Amino acid sequence: MRYAYYPGCSAHSTARDMHQSCLAVAKKLGIEMEELKGWTCCGATAAHQTDRALAASLAAANLVLAKEAGLDMVVNCAACYNRSKAANYEMINSRSVREEVEDMLGQPYDGSVAVRHFVEVIVKDIGLAKLRKKITQPLRGLKVACYYGCYLLRPPEVTGFDDPENPSILEDLVEAMGGEPLEWPGKVDCCGGSHNLTRTELTVERSGEIIEMAKAAGADCLTVACPMCQTSLDLRQRDIEKAAGKKYGLPVLYVTQLLGLCLGVPPKELGLDRLMVTPEEIMKAIMI
Amino acid sequence: MTIRVKKQKSKEGLLHAVEEKAGVNLASCYQCKKCSTGCPVSGKVASPPSEIIRRLQLGAGDELLQTDLIWTCLSCETCSARCPNEINFAAVIDALRSLALEKGVARPEGNMPLFNRLFLETVKDYGRSYDLKMISLYKLRGGNFTADMDKFPAMLKKGKMAVRPPSGADKAKVKRIFNKAGKKGGSGK
Repeated sequence: MRYAYYPGCSAHSTARDMHQSCLAVAKKLGIEMEELKGWTCCGATAAHQTDRALAASLAAANLVLAKEAGLDMVVNCAACYNRSKAANYEMINSRSVREEVEDMLGQPYDGSVAVRHFVEVIVKDIGLAKLRKKITQPLRGLKVACYYGCYLLRPPEVTGFDDPENPSILEDLVEAMGGEPLEWPGKVDCCGGSHNLTRTELTVERSGEIIEMAKAAGADCLTVACPMCQTSLDLRQRDIEKAAGKKYGLPVLYVTQLLGLCLGVPPKELGLDRLMVTPEEIMKAIMI
Repeated sequence: MTIRVKKQKSKEGLLHAVEEKAGVNLASCYQCKKCSTGCPVSGKVASPPSEIIRRLQLGAGDELLQTDLIWTCLSCETCSARCPNEINFAAVIDALRSLALEKGVARPEGNMPLFNRLFLETVKDYGRSYDLKMISLYKLRGGNFTADMDKFPAMLKKGKMAVRPPSGADKAKVKRIFNKAGKKGGSGK
């Protein structure tokens, strides 16, 4: 099982823990991840809010590398995943954008590289039955609110990740880990992350509602697959608490961190010490 | 709802430019308002998504580029996902943003254009984003320097903010993309 791996810029900055836990889990499961040499920024929100062809070109530059390697491209950052899939969609569906992109890149690209989220690789390529056998430290009924956010799901014709209104892939994964995935109403809402620094009050409000809903459903923790969501919900949780006038203390773990714990990876190798809201209670519950 | 539209020299206003840039057909909107209902910032803006479409249909011109949804929108794409007629409204907003930048429309609350420009500048220089530099510049130029100062020590301690610039990216390739984008009038600067 070999893939081209696109880490994304946050892997070396705000989401080092996402990157670490992804690689640790891959290693445990025997998934070979070949990091693309010379990979560049996917353009993120800034590019698509600025110029359509620029956005498609920046993302396509990496897809070309994966095409040259002859491998599917695995992405663990939901935002990079979204932008890469959107670039493929543009290449296939808009002739004018494709022409512009090929001119910007100075080489042809047909939108054919399969872009996979790391969660898809685990659930679909490895399979939950096989995964269950590798779990050494199950979640023991831990109540987990699975939070998808925007980038994995929308627009559905671009990402094709799961049902856009009621996805269940993360819940299936949590169940396989021995946890109790909660039914709760906030899982496809937006965390407001794109305004994290520009209009922080919007992020605090959106993410505050998500934390409140997860808490009300009885969550022991939230689990996410997007570094923007993780930052909004974890790093901003103190601001959320200040605005709400109450204490939540709700840990927000990457799903790869939870999975890593279940597979017996030491917490430090999963970057659990990097979370702002301490996951100590979660670790205690799992690592008996 | 009352919609006022200023008369433009050209009858059509921004409609055609937006449809072309976004790759959408706004004539298929029948005002079901699912976009506005699902939009997380509808209640905070002067015109929610469905109203923006109506204004475009009625011939709205450059004054629409000042509407606050353009830079309040969170790009969550719920509008696009829920439209029964497959109008990608998130792409409409991106087209309006792009037109607003091209025409140099005044900066909105929150200054997302400045943030985006600085983000793209670091990408152009390093091939990847460089959070520390980008955020510092944003704070210096945006004038809200003290906000979030309490978070920096913890982020640095926990290794959640890279101090050194990113390395290893194919910078030449990214420069080429930006230079090409700049030439055709995009905001590659």
